[in-house]
Amino acid sequence: MSEIIDPLTQAKEWQDQGKKVALATVVETWGSSPRPPGSQLVVNEDAGFEGSVSGGCIEGAVVTEAMDVMETGVPKLMEFGVSDAMAWEVGLACGGTVKVFVEKLEA
Amino acid sequence: MKRAFLERLEAARQAKQPTVVATRLSDGAQALIVDGDVVAGDLAVTPAIADAAQTALRRDKSGTEDGVFLQIFNPPLRLIIVGAVHIAQVLAPMATLSGYGVTVIDPRGAWASAERFPDIAVIQDWPEEAMQSLAPDRRTAVVALTHDPKLDDPALAVALATDAFYVGALGSKKTAAARAVRLKDSGVSDGAIARIDGPIGMNIGAVSPAEIAVAILAKITLTLRGPKGG
Repeated sequence: MSEIIDPLTQAKEWQDQGKKVALATVVETWGSSPRPPGSQLVVNEDAGFEGSVSGGCIEGAVVTEAMDVMETGVPKLMEFGVSDAMAWEVGLACGGTVKVFVEKLEA
Repeated sequence: MKRAFLERLEAARQAKQPTVVATRLSDGAQALIVDGDVVAGDLAVTPAIADAAQTALRRDKSGTEDGVFLQIFNPPLRLIIVGAVHIAQVLAPMATLSGYGVTVIDPRGAWASAERFPDIAVIQDWPEEAMQSLAPDRRTAVVALTHDPKLDDPALAVALATDAFYVGALGSKKTAAARAVRLKDSGVSDGAIARIDGPIGMNIGAVSPAEIAVAILAKITLTLRGPKGG
């Protein structure tokens, strides 16, 4: 019986394999959201991911954004919620709001 | 985040040091705070941020202060199980998955074997001494599952004198009442005895060892987190 793979450990392993990696971290939540601040999702250049920032509803959008961030190296603060009107809006089924910080894991 | 920063963070986590990653959300500048000292990064940590980081560690809650996100990494939770019994065989891996570092104590070699507890730390020693050397703290839960007073009672007496956030003991209401009398006779205070969760776990009608383990882990979680409001 082993522990669930730690996202940061996974990020390091992917980088060791020569892959580009981005880290996504929940930094703020309002209302009912499934994962608390500090929860992390790590993404590699093949769109492989480990961890979570929600119950599964916004991971797809975060992975897409993370692919962009690992190319540009410019960190990004994403916000998801019921009243969100941005182009990449993805509603949270639970009705909460969540802010996710996405950054590249630099060499 | 830079690779060297991540490696320093991983080292601090492995050394079980209370650690905070401070990230300025406007530009991604970061600082790594380990045991209260800034050890890596390019973010200038103000006294207000440093204070907020220590508060966040105490509350075990990551959060944002003045545009800086404080991600906390507290040392792992621990679960000490007295009794290498059938329930322990399922509780140990369940608790491991839930983020606990699990230790099983049982002086009986036939029970506390590596075959019965793969990948779990097992101590074949008297529970009283083993519990003393493990020194439960406020991030430790203790459960006594042997059903044998000469193993459970001394371990409980030691655990109740610590800051362990949860202490539970297997046994019916009748068993629990008899145990309370024995512990009182041995000098444990009424207040300490009242801390024991027994009959152990949440009352979900558990029957099988795995179900009882779920009931125990649920109660430990409730004690740690408190119920959700609303």
